[in-house]
Amino acid sequence: MPDLLLELFSEEIPARMQRRAAEDLRKLVTDALVERGFLYEGAKAFATPRRLALHVAGLPARGQDVREERKGPRVGAPEGAIQGFLKSAGLASLDEATIVSDPKKGEFYVAVIERPGRETIEVLAEILPAIIKSFPWPKSMRWGAASREPGSLRWVRPLHSIVASFGPETETPEVVPFAIDGVEIGFTTRGHRFLAPQAIEVRRFADYLPALERAFVVLDADRRKDIILHDARDLAFARGLDLVEDEGLLEEVAGLVEWPVTLMGAFDERFLSIPPEVIRATIRANQKCFVLRGAPGPDGRERLANAFILVSNLVASDGGAAIVAGNERVVRARLSDAAFFWETDRKVKLEDRLPRLDTIVFHEKLGTQGARVARIASLARALAPVVGANPDLAERAARLAKADLVTEMVGEFPELQGLMGRYYAAEQGEDPTVAAAIEEHYKPLGPSDRVPSGPVSVAVALADKLDTLVGFWAIDEKPTGSKDPYALRRAALGVIRLVLASEARISLRAQIATAASGHGRDSGAFAEDLLAFFADRLKVYLRDQGARHDLIDAVFALPGQDDLLMVVRRVEALGRFLDTEDGKNLLAGSRRAANILRIEEKKDGRAYDAAPDPALLSLPEEAALADALRSAGAEAGRAVAAEDFEGAMRALSALRAPVDAFFDTVTVNADDARLRANRLALLHALRAATREVADFSRIGGEGR
Amino acid sequence: MTATDADLQPTRSFQGLILTLQRFWAAQGCVILQPYDMEVGAGTFHPATTLRALGPKPWKAAYVQPSRRPKDGRYGENPNRLQHYYQFQVILKPNPPNLQELYLDSLKAIGVDLGLHDIRFVEDDWESPTLGAWGLGWECWCDGMEVSQFTYFQQVAGFECSPVAGELTYGLERLAMYVQGVENVYDLNFNGREGDEKVTYGDVFLQAEQEYSRHNFEAADTEMLFRQFRDAEAACRAYLKAGEPGPVGEADRQSNDPRHRMAQPAYDQCIKASHVFNLLDARGVISVTERQSYILRVRELAKACGEAWRRTDAGGLAGIVPAA
Repeated sequence: MPDLLLELFSEEIPARMQRRAAEDLRKLVTDALVERGFLYEGAKAFATPRRLALHVAGLPARGQDVREERKGPRVGAPEGAIQGFLKSAGLASLDEATIVSDPKKGEFYVAVIERPGRETIEVLAEILPAIIKSFPWPKSMRWGAASREPGSLRWVRPLHSIVASFGPETETPEVVPFAIDGVEIGFTTRGHRFLAPQAIEVRRFADYLPALERAFVVLDADRRKDIILHDARDLAFARGLDLVEDEGLLEEVAGLVEWPVTLMGAFDERFLSIPPEVIRATIRANQKCFVLRGAPGPDGRERLANAFILVSNLVASDGGAAIVAGNERVVRARLSDAAFFWETDRKVKLEDRLPRLDTIVFHEKLGTQGARVARIASLARALAPVVGANPDLAERAARLAKADLVTEMVGEFPELQGLMGRYYAAEQGEDPTVAAAIEEHYKPLGPSDRVPSGPVSVAVALADKLDTLVGFWAIDEKPTGSKDPYALRRAALGVIRLVLASEARISLRAQIATAASGHGRDSGAFAEDLLAFFADRLKVYLRDQGARHDLIDAVFALPGQDDLLMVVRRVEALGRFLDTEDGKNLLAGSRRAANILRIEEKKDGRAYDAAPDPALLSLPEEAALADALRSAGAEAGRAVAAEDFEGAMRALSALRAPVDAFFDTVTVNADDARLRANRLALLHALRAATREVADFSRIGGEGR
Repeated sequence: MTATDADLQPTRSFQGLILTLQRFWAAQGCVILQPYDMEVGAGTFHPATTLRALGPKPWKAAYVQPSRRPKDGRYGENPNRLQHYYQFQVILKPNPPNLQELYLDSLKAIGVDLGLHDIRFVEDDWESPTLGAWGLGWECWCDGMEVSQFTYFQQVAGFECSPVAGELTYGLERLAMYVQGVENVYDLNFNGREGDEKVTYGDVFLQAEQEYSRHNFEAADTEMLFRQFRDAEAACRAYLKAGEPGPVGEADRQSNDPRHRMAQPAYDQCIKASHVFNLLDARGVISVTERQSYILRVRELAKACGEAWRRTDAGGLAGIVPAA
């Protein structure tokens, strides 16, 4: 069966866009084919810096024939009906129609319309230009003389030629006949820019891949990655070193070369006095090179080696000596800059940098970084006792936490914020917990980032996030849909993870009010909304952990739930309780009670919320339930007050038998109105007792 | 080859590098211009790029432009950073289909052996907030060092470029350091001579770097500069207004002529405002919030000048609507 080979040959495609673009190309082409009824056996897409390629295997040569029978009017029907039929069926005269007779309806005309399936290559000629012209690049451009005209082709960088070949393996394939704005379409592509610049003729995928390899192009990005990783490890191993692996960098570097040639360079050992993270950031960000690990230092800590791995795109005539020398020059210049920053930054104490923060606006409506630091410091101090931190240290850490933003090093490498602060703090003799908190107060940065555990770090991390959340809520800049420019969802998740990991007992409502007062605001206007945001984030978090989100709703429905740790404990206890027989039955019973109450209260237009009258408990099951409710309710209440949620659940489980017995023997809607009212009041008391632990009406059904 | 020719090898002298690039691009049909006689932050500000990139008329030019970056001054103490340095600027409108090959040929011309050195085109999208301009392209790397910027202009002064121009910017000092194999910019051989006759980059510029760093960071009269910014802004607007078509003075005999008549003098004032802003920024007297508003004010001037330019002969007198 025939194959399609498509290659879009252009100027250098940004590395970060290549993988996605190849995948988009595959999906767009195969979806368009399937939509038109053309099935295929397999499809794979590829990207290099200069080309996107797609191979679709096992396509039919043409689509399926379509045979359609269209029923027409009776034989002898009026002329108008006959003409309408001929026209709609596309027949020239009745001679082209067949006559079918039906015992009931008599004889009538039938048109048999046969449409041959379309040639696949024609369909491709329709599909491909449309996909190319509207390709979803994140950023695209116009170029050249064609860009005089509005609506000229857009591509990520100038597109030079296209290979579009279709045909079976055994025969000469054809060029898919379409045209795009003067881009050449045919069987011609080019190899490596420097190593094989001449034109190459390709016919089909089977010869395309080896032809490219001969022309110094490794088409498959994953293969390029494998080659780089393998060669880099070998080079490191030969020198007794270890490659510091970096998947993001590997992916990027593989998108910068068509023919990876891995080389090793070195730098002066004196630069190893710079913190290793700085060396790595310098070499990675500016040079896109890998760093290497050497033997551990005398203190047993890991040390970088004074060497790096670079990936070039050239088999150089001198074996790469000039390339290595050139890269070493640049690395040397960059590390000299970094060493200079490291030296000069340490000459100024962190606290002496604080006035500079007063000149930097954090947000137009939320004041300067300096004001922000002052707020976070006082909030950290207030939170310190709650998380078991020394208030002086928490305040000190918060005061210094943002000072590194105005150091030269962080100006150059923003990704080192926090870390540099930690180094500089340690250098100037700050308490180790203060130094650690300066780095860790940004954490956790996402669902998988580590949560700090040192109390001082936790206090500052919480203060930083609460101040941000409250500030943006106060000025009504909340996340909407996919837009969350200030990463507020991440901040709220951070608070949740910090609280749960440190088992901190925090009344969010109170802390929101405190944080708001730091902003000179009253939290009244937005506190509930922000709490609801936390509830939502917690739900997402717990759901990811496998908890039932209806249980979270059931707990949040109780008044005053603003202590995240207690909410989670309660949800956990509730979940476990509902897994027991007692729990399941009690849930069923309380649901039944709630249904009856809802119906009757609606019918009567009144609530049955008075306490049941003991004098009206006529049946033993009624009395037993009333007794059980009194004791279980009180016990559950006591347990909840003591934050013993397991105990509260245990207390409630004592209700199961009397509830079951009550429903088995007692008719709620008794003829005696007083008895009925009292029994409804009993059901109300059951609802009230269960509400000690959760709002059972929010809990979904079995296996939900 | 005479002794002088050897001195002017691009691998031997800074001026030889410049002359080689000029000859190379002259051979491609570029007009070789001289630097614009005003202080600018980048070669792009030269009207031969900014204004000529607008409108339908073809244009090919190349020139050296001294670039002033007041904030980058290091009192002559940093071997790589200067507050005044040279860019070699090439603009080709529309860009020819083989612009990348031409660029690589120009590297060969200045002595970069493409069989020995690893040249790469690494994504770098260019944007000038003050010019209301952006384009897509690359940083061009030679053995890991950025030696040029390569940009396909998409928008300038807020207008779509139609056709698109290709712009190349060579960092001359960096490139010269590379081909001469020196580590410190001040050690560059300027004239290619040796011994007593040798003139280095430091001989020419070290004192200037020291003096201007002092000026830029410590002495520049901020009150005067603030005034100059306001004056330049007002003058730009005034010249744009005065250049509008219509019977303004006696000289005007064709009141129906739709052409704008003073786009370039107005644009000079925009350049002036931009440089004054850079000086104020280096003096540290513009706060972060104000910074944005100054950039916006310059951009508004650039847009207005671009709009006026499009109503001139060289601008193509095109009645095309501005891009959204």
